Amino acid sequence: MNEDYIRNLIKNHKRLDNRKLDEHRPIKIEYGISSKSAEGSSRVRIGNTEVVCGVKFDVGEPFPDKPDEGTIMVNVELLPLSSPEFESGPPRVDSIELARVVDRGIRESKAIDFKKLCIKAGEKVWLVFIDIYPINDNGNLFDAASLAALAALKDTKYPKYDEKAEKIIYEERTKNPLQLEKHPLAVTVNKVNGNFLLDPTDEEENVIDSRLTIAILEDNTLSALQKGGDEALTPEDIDKMIEMAQKAAKTLRGKI
Amino acid sequence: MTATYKKRTDGRAFDEPRPMEAKLGVVPRADGSAMFKAGKSVAIAAVHGPRQLNPAFMRNPKKGVLRVNYNMMAFSGSGERVRPGPSRRSKEINLVIEKAFAPVVDLSEVPNTAVDVYIELLQTDAGTRCAAINATALALADAGISMKDIISAMAMGKVHDKICVDLTKEEEDMEAVDIPVAMMGNSGKVTLLQMDGIISREEIKEILKKAREATLKVKEVQEKAIREKYGGQNE
Repeated sequence: MNEDYIRNLIKNHKRLDNRKLDEHRPIKIEYGISSKSAEGSSRVRIGNTEVVCGVKFDVGEPFPDKPDEGTIMVNVELLPLSSPEFESGPPRVDSIELARVVDRGIRESKAIDFKKLCIKAGEKVWLVFIDIYPINDNGNLFDAASLAALAALKDTKYPKYDEKAEKIIYEERTKNPLQLEKHPLAVTVNKVNGNFLLDPTDEEENVIDSRLTIAILEDNTLSALQKGGDEALTPEDIDKMIEMAQKAAKTLRGKI
Repeated sequence: MTATYKKRTDGRAFDEPRPMEAKLGVVPRADGSAMFKAGKSVAIAAVHGPRQLNPAFMRNPKKGVLRVNYNMMAFSGSGERVRPGPSRRSKEINLVIEKAFAPVVDLSEVPNTAVDVYIELLQTDAGTRCAAINATALALADAGISMKDIISAMAMGKVHDKICVDLTKEEEDMEAVDIPVAMMGNSGKVTLLQMDGIISREEIKEILKKAREATLKVKEVQEKAIREKYGGQNE
């Protein structure tokens, strides 16, 4: 598809799929898609974009400076299965950025109280692995990944821990859900030709001048920001983008 | 003295596969794709190609090259998180799956290209390489890759004294013998055969006979999935 054509459409507040500029594609969330294997899991579809996420627990030693806190680890792998543009090999910087933005949204909002992940101070804490994979990249992996992470965490229950044997009995999942203190959700606002646009398809992503990913909590406060793209943003742009994202986050929140 | 396996842990008959499900076109951005579910084992395969093969020295001027990439998602294992990235196990699986398709896939019309198959396991309960093969056969068909015959695979095995079809992880853990088998649908020829354990010549004969019956059931599920996307006779 011609890039100028798409840019011109957006300039005239139009899109290839007839959506409004601030409209997400239909969103579908499934829980427990790997419930035999993972302690929590989800599948998120935004239009034809599909992302899966699974949560696994491990037990490890706490960091010396935070002896009574567990931690989370977010990992994103841009599977070559999901797009002809992704290749096998070491993680691309895009996947690292994606993982770190999702991580910060959860970590900085204190969505998970790391103290509640403590088993025995100074010795044993829960480590929560959040692994995110695109199945089909039809654009806007940022919002899809963030939504999938939140959905999978909401689905998560602790496995049983045998204190005497010092090991996890993965087959015996407890009824204890992983408590979420906050519900961070990322919305990415994209700037094209002076207009702001939500939920771009991969074709639209190719013509974006800049983007701002904003992780938002239920009370509208922000827990992570990440600017991307080659063009600069004015403070006024940023203010408008945040307003747009806050509005969209409310709608997205209703889907969870 | 071998113990007797009287009743399967999930109540199935000894020659009964787990419920199967198949669907084509699950990865729209790929040239062909499919999902195959055997019980709780879920595989997705996507085909990208034929496309330019890099690096150039790997190209074959006579025919295209089929490259298979099997991967378990980090959260897909029973027990601990699976470390991301290729393992010795996954590399061997890539090889045997490539060989399972070598007798049927015809890439002579697309020299110098690669046909890349990416397989992801979302959840595992044994039999994953067979689920991967069944998904791959459908993804290749969906991508329009020319094949002389369909490939269908089944995780055969022996638990205590009984030959079983489609072992679960629970059964595998009962000191079972695993025997994954892939067969050509029309000819019944074997394109993948692996085994670890102790077994007799007679038993292998019986296992291959039962594998033929079981893989024909897989083939039915595969053909139904193809018809669901492309239409065709009988329905």
